[in-house]
Amino acid sequence: MSVTGKKWRMITWMATLLAMVLLSGCTTLRGTGDLGLVVERASGSVQVLENSHNTLLGSVTGLGDLSHATAVFSRDGRYAFVFGRDGGLSKVDLLTMQVVNRVIQAGNSIGGAISQDGRLLAVANYTPGGVRIFDTETLQMKLDLPALAADGKLSKVVGLEDAPGQSFVFSLFDAGEIWLLDVRDINQPKVQKWTQAGLQPYDGLVTPDGRYYLAGLFGEDGMTVLDLWHPEKGLRRILQGYGRGEAKLPVYKMPHLEGWAVAGNLVFLPAVGHHAVLVADLQNWQEVAHIPVHSQPVFAMVRPDNRQVWVNFAFPDNDTLQVIDIPTLKVIKAFRPGKGIMHMEFTAKGEEVWISLRDEDRVEVYRTDTFERVAALPASAPSGIFFASRAHRMGL
Amino acid sequence: MESSRQQELLHLLRQDCGSCHGLRLLGGLGPPLTASALQGKPKEYLQQIILHGVPEQAMPPWKGFLNQEEVGWLVDRLLEGVAE
Ligand code: HEC
Repeated sequence: MSVTGKKWRMITWMATLLAMVLLSGCTTLRGTGDLGLVVERASGSVQVLENSHNTLLGSVTGLGDLSHATAVFSRDGRYAFVFGRDGGLSKVDLLTMQVVNRVIQAGNSIGGAISQDGRLLAVANYTPGGVRIFDTETLQMKLDLPALAADGKLSKVVGLEDAPGQSFVFSLFDAGEIWLLDVRDINQPKVQKWTQAGLQPYDGLVTPDGRYYLAGLFGEDGMTVLDLWHPEKGLRRILQGYGRGEAKLPVYKMPHLEGWAVAGNLVFLPAVGHHAVLVADLQNWQEVAHIPVHSQPVFAMVRPDNRQVWVNFAFPDNDTLQVIDIPTLKVIKAFRPGKGIMHMEFTAKGEEVWISLRDEDRVEVYRTDTFERVAALPASAPSGIFFASRAHRMGL
Repeated sequence: MESSRQQELLHLLRQDCGSCHGLRLLGGLGPPLTASALQGKPKEYLQQIILHGVPEQAMPPWKGFLNQEEVGWLVDRLLEGVAE
């Protein structure tokens, strides 16, 4: 009896101890599905954010020159890989808010992508022009591929995206080429190249299903498509002469193409040097609409439920946002949150959107149905906003 | 020039010129605008490029936003090495 009593006391005591350990653990254990980061470009830092309650959790410093910085996420959602303009590649732990690894991989870079299997990172470089591939675990370089174009010169690499079949696809700005790099066996990479991709491709996107790569052209009114399911069919030029003979306006900021461009069969694209968002049909690549907008678009991003497209604009009109209703292809809302709107990022299901206001030193959160502002948070010269939910989408 | 305007110009240089030339002006789509990169290039030439651009090469004209004096002031800052 007394033995059993003792045993019980022991068990109760151990259970209490266990409960204490578990409880204290609970306050630190969390997932990353609602986390993200906002790039603070002037200070070389990122702030970790959380979109369930719309708060900033803390900042991570020491990331170098973050102008034009972008981020991709490990497939477990825990780490962000931040590509800086100075060629820095940093691995940031979203939970501990620490830089766990960092390499300076080139002189000057523009962005990158993570492979389909999550094991490799590819970085697009301006100087020296080319693509470098790194191991996501160690950030060790696995491949160095100079973008030596058919003209014998090194070209700046732009529009680098991940593609199905453990591939990366990208464009050569100076040379007007598109390359498809298969890294199924990183020791035996295979490259397919297409010249005549058009004048000065400035960015590219992969459709969310991974099927098409689209390169936007700066040097001419038009775009180039590569069918990644049938690369043997070669390149196809679309939307040629979309400016309809109107003089192209000077471009104060290059538009960005991103995987958020597709809604059903429609793809939404910023026109370069024109006040328009172009809409093409993915089934035949014909132009469906040419939607006049406030100024030159920078981003045209489809809300994740495919109902709206949000558009921001180049300098000096970067204080305005417009929203296009997809069923009617009409602008249904215009508003001016403030100066220097650099980026927008939707929550995974699209009920809210985060907006960075570089010149106002803050980020804002809006409901996408009522357009009501639900939060305004301080950040130093914020630019890109990236949510960890990107981890599971191709071409982001 | 008012010092508040000077601040605006420096902000424009870093942020809006920086979107192509890099926030630290070390180069991007456009070439670096550091003192060493611009060394030996005539002031006149640099002013002309900023005012009128090289549109077919993606450098836009700034004459609608900046006057002669402001461009001259910016070029002086660039040649002094404001980028570094
Ligand atoms: C949309 C991109 C873009 C923006 C914005 C931009 N530039 Fe440029 N800039 C370029 C490109 C591209 C070149 C190279 C042109 C060429 O190849 O002839 C260039 C060239 C120059 C040059 C000549 C450099 C040399 O070594 O010959 C100067 C000076 C310059 N830019 C200053 C500026 C200033 C000042 C601003 C802001 C007020 C600015 N740029 C904004 C893209 C841009």
